[in-house]
Amino acid sequence: MSATIIVTAAWIAHGALALAMALCTWRMIAGPRAQDRILALDSLYVSAMLQLLTFGVRTGTTVYFEAALIIGMLGFIATLSLAKFLMRGEVIE
Amino acid sequence: MMMDFANVPLWAAIVAAAFFVIGAGLTLLGTIGLATFPSFYARIHAPTLGSSWGAGGMVMGSMIVFSAASGRPVLHDILIGIFATVTTPVTLMMLGRASLYRDRSEGNPEVPPAPEAAANEPALAGEGGDAP
Repeated sequence: MSATIIVTAAWIAHGALALAMALCTWRMIAGPRAQDRILALDSLYVSAMLQLLTFGVRTGTTVYFEAALIIGMLGFIATLSLAKFLMRGEVIE
Repeated sequence: MMMDFANVPLWAAIVAAAFFVIGAGLTLLGTIGLATFPSFYARIHAPTLGSSWGAGGMVMGSMIVFSAASGRPVLHDILIGIFATVTTPVTLMMLGRASLYRDRSEGNPEVPPAPEAAANEPALAGEGGDAP
């Protein structure tokens, strides 16, 4: 019974996060300016991290936790360096 | 390692399921705002819903499920929550300031003008943030 509840909630979360990733991708393609695209990329990173976390809970393994942590870290570095590039024209001065 | 969900008590399963649905739903709500809001400065607020309550809810649900399934506190998921909470304000502040700098240097009339001290030095206009 409790396994059914957890797996059903994980599937609902999968669906909602997949829709969120699709909306982020649309904003990243359609975004009028560069900062809109970077914002959409950051939001896409967060959604992918939560999607991996949900996948780890649904399958009952802790392997996906490290992958989610690495995706979060890469998203931080990517967004920070892209914002720096927008501001100054180069990343490392 | 594989977990067996059969020995998770019913109340823990219900609480974790509620956290999952709340977290994923708030993330979806944030990206709906990202897709529909009219200007960049309105859009930059929306995805923070996903990285504050979205990540927090999913992390709390995951911690409840793994702790109840293994019979001991499994708290490593909180690293993701702490990381998302600490890094998102930093990146979005940088992105907002970069966007403001770009808009000011293009002379966009929708953004407020630079403060007086920074107006004489265009290279510093994006960093002069102490004037109200």
